[in-house]
Amino acid sequence: MAALKIENIYKKFGSVEVLKGISLDVASGEFLVLVGPSGCGKSTLLNLIAGLETVSAGSIMIGDRVVNDISPKDRDIAMVFQSYALYPNMNIRKNLSFGLETRKMPKAQIQEIVQKVSTLLQIQNLLDRKPSELSGGQRQRVAMGRALARNPKVFLFDEPLSNLDAKLRVEMRTEIKRLHQRINTTIVYVTHDQIEAMTMADRIAIMKDGIVQQFDTPENVYDNPSNRFVAGFIGSPSMNFMPAKVGIDAGQAFLIMDTGNGRSHKLTVPREISPLAPWNDREVIFGIRPEQITEDTKRSRETGKNNIINCEVQVVEPTGPDTLVFIQLNGVEVTCRVHPAAARRPGETMALQVDMSKAIFFHPETGERI
Amino acid sequence: MMKSIADKLERQLPRLVLAPTVLAIMVFVYGFILWTAWVSFTNSTLLPKYEFQGFFQYVKLFGNDRWWVACQNLAIFGSLFIFICIALGLLLAILLDQRIRCEGAIRAVYLYPMALSFIVTGTAWKWMLNPSLGLERLMHQFGFTGFTFDWLVNSEMSIYTVVIAGVWQSTGFVMAMFLAGLRGIDDAIIQAAQVDGAGLPRIYRCIIIPSLRPVFFSSIIILSHIAIKSFDLVVALTSGGPGYSSDLPATFMYAFAFNRNRLGFGAASAMVMFGAVMGIIVPYLYSELRGKKHA
Ligand SMILES: Nc1ncnc2c1ncn2[C@@H]1O[C@H](COP(=O)(O)OP(=O)(O)O)[C@@H](O)[C@H]1O
Ligand SMILES: [Mg+2]
Repeated sequence: MAALKIENIYKKFGSVEVLKGISLDVASGEFLVLVGPSGCGKSTLLNLIAGLETVSAGSIMIGDRVVNDISPKDRDIAMVFQSYALYPNMNIRKNLSFGLETRKMPKAQIQEIVQKVSTLLQIQNLLDRKPSELSGGQRQRVAMGRALARNPKVFLFDEPLSNLDAKLRVEMRTEIKRLHQRINTTIVYVTHDQIEAMTMADRIAIMKDGIVQQFDTPENVYDNPSNRFVAGFIGSPSMNFMPAKVGIDAGQAFLIMDTGNGRSHKLTVPREISPLAPWNDREVIFGIRPEQITEDTKRSRETGKNNIINCEVQVVEPTGPDTLVFIQLNGVEVTCRVHPAAARRPGETMALQVDMSKAIFFHPETGERI
Repeated sequence: MMKSIADKLERQLPRLVLAPTVLAIMVFVYGFILWTAWVSFTNSTLLPKYEFQGFFQYVKLFGNDRWWVACQNLAIFGSLFIFICIALGLLLAILLDQRIRCEGAIRAVYLYPMALSFIVTGTAWKWMLNPSLGLERLMHQFGFTGFTFDWLVNSEMSIYTVVIAGVWQSTGFVMAMFLAGLRGIDDAIIQAAQVDGAGLPRIYRCIIIPSLRPVFFSSIIILSHIAIKSFDLVVALTSGGPGYSSDLPATFMYAFAFNRNRLGFGAASAMVMFGAVMGIIVPYLYSELRGKKHA
């Protein structure tokens, strides 16, 4: 059953159209992440779901009710804000109970819930403090506690981790995910950080300029991006894109790669992924992830069907488990991910194996997937 | 050699520049406070005399009916003035904060009275409240011949006309302070409260107004010192009359020290006012400075 169903939503602020026809449906208990660059309308969409803004067109259903004209308090949602938005004049206990008191819940029950939530989030010892006396991470927990206490049908999170330092962010990421597995409530989570999106989501909606570019599982979004924007946005380091001319020889498509110093190399495209027939002798955008260009090993030589290129190493960046090697192909910089022991030094030539089975191609003008 | 003189000069320059101001303040503010204190213990009349006479001016002061009327008036004026200014200022600020149109213009309208001196305010209200010139006459001309509004000439009510004029002048300023406070509140807090199910009245009562506490505090301090030193408003509006029914301590002091040539008596009343102001200002400064250290 869908816990949340958004149909063809438009939102205008004055004459500026911020959301341009968004449709999403979220199953009960699902963890949906809305991800996209800053200003693409994620918060606006979340505010529409919460009822803090009204839609210009389209409909929103929570459970089996259309909630377009229902006020935030009756939508059965709870929200965690980027700035935490704790009530500054109240202590933490009051912050947690305020929403329950507003709903006229009996005192004893409120106390019980506050106790339960604060134990779950390990904030029992903070209950009598004011928000200003808490650290960022503690405020973050209280903000989540306030939402949890309400036990709503849908949780909305608006970039809840972006004000934390890197280490705490990673910890809280895991913690939120664990929490979700425990309480199993539907979550809509907004972030601009694609790693957060990939690690937490059951499904990801990638937005740009008020339009959903792709709405799919993390695996599919990563392996089968529907356009160049999604391909470039998801994954770190980012996917390599290079213009490449297509050739077809005896039914076998290949790409002509300039490896520098006037030499060139033909990369054969496996037949099963080759939608390139109509593109003979034309240029496409060839996309390949850094981990698909690795050092030349014996095993890869057996399976790789001779897709080995010799290139001059330009820059080397060790990351620990892997080393990133930067080369030039068809005049653009390309990142390769190799085993640290195999990395050559800048200026040296290195043999690199290109795994073409996961290569993807984009239309050079529209950026759409071919 | 030259260099060391230049160095010395440079080091002393700030002190040299500030010295005249410091000197002037020492003499004309603190010096004269001490001088007034001394005079209040003497039997000075038109001209100061300097032989010490003890507390007899203070004893006389606290036995003086007119002084008690002035103090009572200050209590009425001060409490009403502060309360109404804050209530009205807060209300206007909340209304203005609803993102209405032409907010800038409306804000300016409310703030303009601030730009007038109390003399102008007093004079303008004197005309408006004068039964034979202003509001009452206007209503009579409209045909409401039964309408009377004679507070200005009614010794029971005259102090309330001072309240009206004072409120008219200072509300805009209080409103501006509250508006700044309201604008400083994170919108997300209000949204969070909405999602938590609170209606606007509850949001204002439980969250917004309590978090404006520092603004209340500053407003009360500022308004109470305006109230205590109110002088020009009363002089322009009622001249303390009818009789001495709308006297405030400041006009009382002026009347005795300079009109009735009882300098020592006036000085004693000035010292009592000084004590009252210090009683308000010192705790305020103390808490402000301590707060700074904490932050
Ligand atoms: N209340 C508003 N009035 C006018 N424009 C707005 C308003 N809220 C957001 N916008 C505009 O809508 C766009 C999307 O904003 P937002 O949803 O906050 O982006 P995101 O959360 O993805 O960073 C931005 O260009 C922003 O300027
Ligand atoms: Mg945002």
